Amino acid sequence: MIAIIDYGVGNLFSLKSSLAAIGAEAVVTGDASAIRSADKIILPGVGAFGDAAAKLRETGLDRVVISEAEKGKPLMGICLGMQLLLEKSFEYGEHDGLGLIKGEIRPIADVIPKELKIPHIGWNALSFKGEKSKVFKYINEGDHVYFVHSFYGAECEDSVIATTEYGASLTAAVARDNVYGCQFHPEKSGDVGLRILKAFCEI
Amino acid sequence: MITKRIIPCLDVKNGRVVKGVNFEGLSDVSSPVELARYYSSAGADELVFYDITASAEGRALFTDILREVATQIFIPLTVGGGINTVADFDRVLKCGADKVSVNSGAIRNPELIYEAAKLYGDQCVVISADVKRVDGVFRVFAKGGRENTGMEAIEWIRRCVGNGAGEVVLNSIDTDGVKGGFDLEMLDAVCQVVNVPVIASGGAGCIDHFTTLFKSLPKVDAGLAASIFHFGEVKIEDLKRELHKNNIPVRLS
Repeated sequence: MIAIIDYGVGNLFSLKSSLAAIGAEAVVTGDASAIRSADKIILPGVGAFGDAAAKLRETGLDRVVISEAEKGKPLMGICLGMQLLLEKSFEYGEHDGLGLIKGEIRPIADVIPKELKIPHIGWNALSFKGEKSKVFKYINEGDHVYFVHSFYGAECEDSVIATTEYGASLTAAVARDNVYGCQFHPEKSGDVGLRILKAFCEI
Repeated sequence: MITKRIIPCLDVKNGRVVKGVNFEGLSDVSSPVELARYYSSAGADELVFYDITASAEGRALFTDILREVATQIFIPLTVGGGINTVADFDRVLKCGADKVSVNSGAIRNPELIYEAAKLYGDQCVVISADVKRVDGVFRVFAKGGRENTGMEAIEWIRRCVGNGAGEVVLNSIDTDGVKGGFDLEMLDAVCQVVNVPVIASGGAGCIDHFTTLFKSLPKVDAGLAASIFHFGEVKIEDLKRELHKNNIPVRLS
């Protein structure tokens, strides 16, 4: 059973459907005991970092996610959910993240040429970094995935498992031990995205 | 490198795709779910569904269908048609839409874009503008292109983006249905004033029109079309291969 964490941020319909499509059992929940009894956790999220981090904290789910991850339970953060795994973000102020992965969230605008549009929206290719991650078991270097973001993971080089090129090399996915994060949306990335979710489910 | 998107557009009435679709190998050519699956496997980068139903019953059928599509198709889905309030955004987003496109609703209530963007984020709000030249000036048309609002189009689009629209679909009424190519002049005028993705619509008749579009206007992010895809005049696989051959970045599946 996979727990998709519901903390009042974003639309979880497609994520739940995509897991169903690969035959994975998933429950959308904000209940701490359901999260603790799940085999795996997915932390989704869209919107602003500060609001999302505050909601996770208000519900106490931040501590649940951290303690489950520290016990070794596979955890995947998606989009803003990935960003929340890092230590902090500079999106409208400065906000603390979960700190499960070293690094911080900074505006794409700091590193890309001015003429490029923000957000970075659309299908872009993955370049793998280091040894091929387990979550990429069923996909290939250069496969395209769907991105929608204006901020990116910085100072997290040690954990980067894939980057994408948008006027600069941007963090596309991170991993540290049992904790994984995708800046892109696997649930909106067609077959490639489903294969990433499938690999995560098999960890 | 970010790829150029190819987007088929499906008009849905009472839960069925209309405007005649003609495909071999599809058992039910007016089933939105079957068509969505067909286009997704053919390499469509995104799908746009326009609800052209006027009745409440039709609206309910539309959301049922949308939910079914979103349960099976895992590429971005944009929904338009009948979006007049934030509650309409909520209704389609809950059924699996990723983006919501507004047209007449934003003309009637210019606050709609601002309110929706604040609630759901800019990336979720698409301004779809029907534009036609009147005495040499680009004018915004409402009600499916039947009514001249008198508003100057480029300024209108700039204002919508300023209010939080994260993407622009520009439908040129002048080139729509003519199949003589996209309206490059109009698109260029829009690209000059906004820095969000611009989706070209209206006028595609063959593969070359897409090549010309992306070659001559590098700031255009996507090409949208309906009947040429539905009638199989242009196959998305062929189109993307040809764009790739012309060094235009595309996602090949």
